[in-house]
Amino acid sequence: MLNTIIIIAAILILVILFAIFRVSSLVDVIKGDSSTKIPSSNGLQANLLLLFLIAGLIGGFYYSFGGLEDDFVLPVASKHGVITDTLFWWTMAITGVVFIVTHIFLFGFSWKYQHRENQVAYFYPHNNKLEMIWTIIPAIVLAALVFTGWKAWMDITRESPEGSEVIEIMGYQYAWSVRYPGADNVLGDYDYLKIDATNQMGIDFSDRASFDDFIPREIHVPKGKPVRFNIRARDVIHSVYQPHFRLQMNAVPGMPTQFWFEPTKTTEEMRAETKNPDFQYELVCNKICGQGHFAMRYIIVVDELEDYKEWFKSQEPWLKQNADYLTEVPAKLREAASIVAGIENPSDLDAPNGLTISGSK
Amino acid sequence: MSITDIQVTDELVHDDDHNEEHHEQSFIFKYIFSTDHKTIAKQFLITGIFWAILGGGLSVIFRLQLGFPDMDMGFLQPFLGDWISNSGKLDPEFYLAMITMHGTIMVFFVLTAGLSGTFSNYLIPLQLGARDMASGFMNLLSYWFFFLSSVIMFISMFLSTGPASGGWTIYPPLSALPQAMSGSGMGMTLWLVSMVFFIASTLLGGINYITTVINLRTEGMTFRRMPLTIWAFFITAILGLLSFPVLVACVLLLVFDRSFGTSFYLSEIFIGGEALPNLGGSPILFQHLFWFLGHPEVYIVILPALGITSEVISTNSRKPIFGYTAMIGSILAIAFLSFIVWAHHMFITGMNPFLGSIFMFLTLIIAIPSAVKAFNYITTLWKGNLVFTPAMLFSIGLVSFFISGGLTGLFLGNAAIDINLHDTYFVVAHFHLVMGSAAFFGLLAGVYHWFPKMFGRMMDEKLGYIHFWLTFVGVYLVFFPLHYIGIAGFPRRYYSFTNFDAFSSFVDLNSFVTVAAIITFGAQFIFLFNFFYNIFKGKKAPSNPWNSNTLEWTTPRIPEHGNWPGDIPKVYRWPYDYSKPGAKDDFIPQTVPYHQTKESNTDFENEESKKEQSAS
Repeated sequence: MLNTIIIIAAILILVILFAIFRVSSLVDVIKGDSSTKIPSSNGLQANLLLLFLIAGLIGGFYYSFGGLEDDFVLPVASKHGVITDTLFWWTMAITGVVFIVTHIFLFGFSWKYQHRENQVAYFYPHNNKLEMIWTIIPAIVLAALVFTGWKAWMDITRESPEGSEVIEIMGYQYAWSVRYPGADNVLGDYDYLKIDATNQMGIDFSDRASFDDFIPREIHVPKGKPVRFNIRARDVIHSVYQPHFRLQMNAVPGMPTQFWFEPTKTTEEMRAETKNPDFQYELVCNKICGQGHFAMRYIIVVDELEDYKEWFKSQEPWLKQNADYLTEVPAKLREAASIVAGIENPSDLDAPNGLTISGSK
Repeated sequence: MSITDIQVTDELVHDDDHNEEHHEQSFIFKYIFSTDHKTIAKQFLITGIFWAILGGGLSVIFRLQLGFPDMDMGFLQPFLGDWISNSGKLDPEFYLAMITMHGTIMVFFVLTAGLSGTFSNYLIPLQLGARDMASGFMNLLSYWFFFLSSVIMFISMFLSTGPASGGWTIYPPLSALPQAMSGSGMGMTLWLVSMVFFIASTLLGGINYITTVINLRTEGMTFRRMPLTIWAFFITAILGLLSFPVLVACVLLLVFDRSFGTSFYLSEIFIGGEALPNLGGSPILFQHLFWFLGHPEVYIVILPALGITSEVISTNSRKPIFGYTAMIGSILAIAFLSFIVWAHHMFITGMNPFLGSIFMFLTLIIAIPSAVKAFNYITTLWKGNLVFTPAMLFSIGLVSFFISGGLTGLFLGNAAIDINLHDTYFVVAHFHLVMGSAAFFGLLAGVYHWFPKMFGRMMDEKLGYIHFWLTFVGVYLVFFPLHYIGIAGFPRRYYSFTNFDAFSSFVDLNSFVTVAAIITFGAQFIFLFNFFYNIFKGKKAPSNPWNSNTLEWTTPRIPEHGNWPGDIPKVYRWPYDYSKPGAKDDFIPQTVPYHQTKESNTDFENEESKKEQSAS
């Protein structure tokens, strides 16, 4: 019933609008001043353009500086982020000025030089000097932007410093997996053919370095120390994005990528700064990857260095949590693996059914 | 003119058509399989309008999802069927399908075919003084390949597995593996087939445009006397000819990967519980190939719009376009540079960072010719005598969008800043302004300006103004706020933001943007009414309604096949002699020889006039 009324009302409104249109165009016909080709509301349009300029400038200014800036400018929490933010705001200042000045000219001229009887347009086909000026000045400004941007970019993307914490992040539909190198500080090999329902990351246990690797439920990184993410994906492209760290790198199947940064604020410090007691650094997927693309959340915790070391030590190697994967370790390394991973009675696994558990894979 | 007059002329026009149907060509060859460039242009335009409504409609639906995530969308069930769950929720994968289709439709079907297809076809012969395109038959094929491509893409939207849904950039492996998302099954296959036909259409059209411009200019129409519209269409066609074939190669390799087990783009993939045998391919290779077309493509979209704007602004400022040579130079520079900036879409894909710094350098260079164009438009307005026709307003709007969106390109082209902005709403705001809305405004400016020539009747001015203001303000209200949430790090292509604390703010902003989008979309129906109603009922157009200099206005009110009833007009001067000092009118058409305008000639032109006379 309600729908019918809405439809009838809509039709009526359209009919009324059409009637108004018809009447006004007939009035125009009767007024009939077809000798001039200047629209009757030419002045109105000029005024509206000027009004748009003024309202737009006031509205934009209010929106950008009226207190909302705290919402859209995320506090920066990494060393390189401070540099990219500086570049961002310099670019904003330069483009902001150009934006405002060109628009004042664009709409201002539109208003000022609106058609008037007896006004003759100025025949001004070119002025080489003027054109040189506005080719060269943008070129100089752009050169400055390029140069500073280039320096920052080369600095951010250079090899990670010696002694960085190395953490492996793997994206898959629709979650992240994270692996730490363990006590030996070396990540073990992986092989996508070894992936199964339990060994999600395809850790290759023929590599000694993988025995003590651990896979935590959330990422911990230390404040004030370079952290290097080794990034990969196992199905489609994902993107490791963390806006507070100004950090982003695609995760590409078949092509490992990496990004290093240095966190400058612990989670606790950020909670104080943002006055949000529940604040968490969130890892985001930022490359379309399927229907769960919008839900690939993973927590990153930034600790003080000591807390981080403690946390690091308290983690159990993945091999210990999944001891039946000892069968994938070559026989001669199995004992060493048990010791490194801290598996207490590995002899159980020598039993025939121990072998079949994972051997059936 | 009285009401009865309008009625009478309607009858007459109708009779004319009626007679021609019998005496000249059958209806099918006159209106469907026509080789007349004007009819083909209208076919492109109408098809483009159809796609624009569809593409815009899709955006309204997904904006509803973004603006009002808790909304009950049950009322859409009659249209979308099972894509709306019984509890009234939009299917997350169909959301992705809609953004994919929106992008594909708008970039290719509306702003490439609808814009270039319409105005290159319509204006190149008319403004050059040619009877038709170099090959009418190829032109016919060009439209019908586009039509076929449209039909295939349209059908793909009704598949039970949905149309392609991996984003309009269709990056593999997502687009290569049906296991990854259901839209990568049959929907993706049809997308690829449709695009191959689309590219065939673009190439047939492009070859034709280039040939026509080079060979069929009328006497006196040197390259230095060509209107900037033609320059823009000409260079656009060359861009398309050089870049679209690369997309064919790119797409073909994807077809091989999808259907024949090759590994061009696939390597080390474990999906759906099994490891795939593909080894050694590179998804980055696809991105290089895709953007080698994809970047020139954005200039294929914007250059014709800039060409149209040059013509409209100059005519309605009653002034020559400022810096004609610089305008041509900047078109050429943009065209050249557009081929060597593609990898700025790929700074953070894992591409070698050194390559990134080269592309950053080249990308920021392309800002210079773009800036020159903007400055030249503004200087053209300076000391003009501005007539605000709807076309003029849309052109001014275009310049505004081109500046706003172009400036944000300086952020994204800077690799260091791009780290944090890549794939956020900042990018969405940037390209919707600089290429989406700007090119769309170019298209509308073109329709308003050349409607009188196309259909022999005038569009309603007042409706045009209402349409302009709602659209212009609406576009800014939609896209300007998106910069802010982009700076806040909101990722694009998200079905909802509720999963993240960082993105839980700006709920009201998103609702606001959605409302603005609906109003903007609604305003387009004013245009549709104005357009279709006035094709049949509009006031009869005078032969040169805007007092313009170019050749198309020397044709009869409704030009027949062949365009000029008698001889093709000769050209004696450039197209921008507006308000020339000493001249009696404020415009001198290109067909007026110098020896007839002694009062306004420069010394150089007086020399020319002597040559003219000795020649005749």
